[in-house]
Amino acid sequence: MAIKKFAVACYDDEAVLFPAVEKVRHSGYKLHDVYTPFPVHGLDVALGHKESDLHVAGFCFGITGTATALSFMSWVFTKDWSINYGGKPFFALPAFIPITFELTVMFAAVGMVLTYCYLNQIMPGVKKHIFHPRQTDDLFVVAIEITDPAAELEIIDFLKTTGATETNVQVAEEGWWYGRWDKEEEYQKQQLA
Amino acid sequence: MHLKYESFVREALINGDKTYGQVTEDICRPIEQKPSKLWYMGFAFSLLLLSFGAFSVFWEVYWGIGTWGINRTVGWGWDITNFVWWVGIGHAGTLISAILLLFRQGWRTGVNRAAEAMTIFAVMCAGQFPIFHMGRVWNAFYVLPYPNTRGSLWPNFNSALLWDVFAISTYFTVSLLFWYSGLVPDFATIRDRAKTKLRKRLYGLASFGWTGTAKNWQRFESLCLVLAGLSTPLVLSVHTIVSFDFATSVIPGWHATIFPPYFVAGAVFSGFAMVNTLLVLVRKIFRLEDYITIGHIEAMNKVIVLTGSIVGVAYLTELFMAWYSQVVYEQQAFKWRVLGPYWWSYWAMMACNVVSPQFFWFKKLRRNIVFTFILSIVVNIGMWFERFVIIVTSLYRDYLPSSWTYYSPTWTELGFYIGTFGLFFTCFFLFAKYFPVIAIAEIKFTLKTSGDNYKREMKRLDEMSVPEFIHEVEHAH
Repeated sequence: MAIKKFAVACYDDEAVLFPAVEKVRHSGYKLHDVYTPFPVHGLDVALGHKESDLHVAGFCFGITGTATALSFMSWVFTKDWSINYGGKPFFALPAFIPITFELTVMFAAVGMVLTYCYLNQIMPGVKKHIFHPRQTDDLFVVAIEITDPAAELEIIDFLKTTGATETNVQVAEEGWWYGRWDKEEEYQKQQLA
Repeated sequence: MHLKYESFVREALINGDKTYGQVTEDICRPIEQKPSKLWYMGFAFSLLLLSFGAFSVFWEVYWGIGTWGINRTVGWGWDITNFVWWVGIGHAGTLISAILLLFRQGWRTGVNRAAEAMTIFAVMCAGQFPIFHMGRVWNAFYVLPYPNTRGSLWPNFNSALLWDVFAISTYFTVSLLFWYSGLVPDFATIRDRAKTKLRKRLYGLASFGWTGTAKNWQRFESLCLVLAGLSTPLVLSVHTIVSFDFATSVIPGWHATIFPPYFVAGAVFSGFAMVNTLLVLVRKIFRLEDYITIGHIEAMNKVIVLTGSIVGVAYLTELFMAWYSQVVYEQQAFKWRVLGPYWWSYWAMMACNVVSPQFFWFKKLRRNIVFTFILSIVVNIGMWFERFVIIVTSLYRDYLPSSWTYYSPTWTELGFYIGTFGLFFTCFFLFAKYFPVIAIAEIKFTLKTSGDNYKREMKRLDEMSVPEFIHEVEHAH
């Protein structure tokens, strides 16, 4: 992925974060992302994210589970190997309900979690750039991509006016890569040197 | 100024004037410190129990199921009793994390992580019993519907026992996914705080590279909500299906339509008792009294008194139905259950499950830690007796008087049961040391509505006049 330059601002309260996000969106600078230590309600609306469609994936996986269970059990007991259990019908639909339900839930849950990991691009061994070590602790971090090198100072000054407790400029990879969290990346070492 | 409103009449869920940073600090402290002597002692003792259990199981597998006390008449003994007992305990975790999420119960955030961990470990323990009860345990995979060279010969999908295989495995998988998806952001918190290289690397792996972007959190909440929606019927279905193991048979004492709701209520009852047992200890040992408050414990005690009373009604209904059905076999089975050779187990069950939780009608006792701890253990003993009563006292006198018998366990059965305690506590000790025992992100989310410092502020706002309030809002930054 591309290595880019970011202007970073940290806020210590979500009450300050919301107006700041509003200002950044209106400023015309390229907002990279907002990082929070916990789900802040309304932030997705403030950022203009549309609602997540994860539940649609859940439904699709669930219905697949229903179909798998029902069709498989019906096939086994009516076509493949019919067994007479005390004169009961081969196609005993009520008796298929428990397993059908369980498989529906199983498929929906597993499928949805995998979809979630895929969409969020998370997996064991994945590494992403952390703008501030306390972004998973108690700070709310806003990162703006510096597209015009000349505007760097201007962006920092602008961020300071939004109530940020800390601002800085960082060079970082924007996406994810395979890596170890206890090792620093080459570009960071170069930066330090 | 924060305008999320929660009435100040409601008790604060987080005490001690916490900030976000302090929350992280308090919950991560046990993970980042060397464990105490008490932890080592407890862990070693659990391992000891586990190895005794492993030896008992080895003995049973090597010599065969004859080393157990079960016989032709009493085919299910301690093994299935323990299975149902552990599965029942495993119900509280998902109930707290799923059903209470849908009901928007704020207090669940303080206890859900530990309760879900308990669920997963309890289901792991439960699973051992039916597997080793099979006798030729190396053929256990026969229960799975896989294409084989015998036909393919498939398992009987109409059997309640096979439904159980699907129910328990689904329950375990979904609980694990739900639990772990909540853990990922908290592992990221520990990773970013880590001072040692090894910790950084391991928690880096465990946290899946979580950074906490706004979009990720949005999907996280969406995932949690749908998983909660899926888990709610699931948790009810699991013990329903366990009760089908009995209810779909034609054994007097088992053949009852009341079984599913009765089992589910019993499961929630025993599960909350176990959560209380563990959390009373955890909050003390890890000094988390500010997060698992007396209010949390009282809320769980309220659930215990409700479900305990439902279970009591079910016991009485069973007796009534036996009489009302006019089936002599049912009537005789219940007469022997209450007054026969196993009378002591019936009355132990009644005393522990129906009488003892009634003490929780008193607020003083609901908020008493020592009393809660003792009663939670009494309830779990009672719930073990309930399963013993249902299983053994329905089997030991069947339709043929010449095969009537009396069942008591051998040391291998006892050892197996003790071994599952070893497994459960070994897992729980590891969890308490290496995992955040309270959901860090979720507790931060409730902090500004339910923290005591924020509630005090809310009280001030409540007492303000409307013009004053508007003035303050307009002049906030």
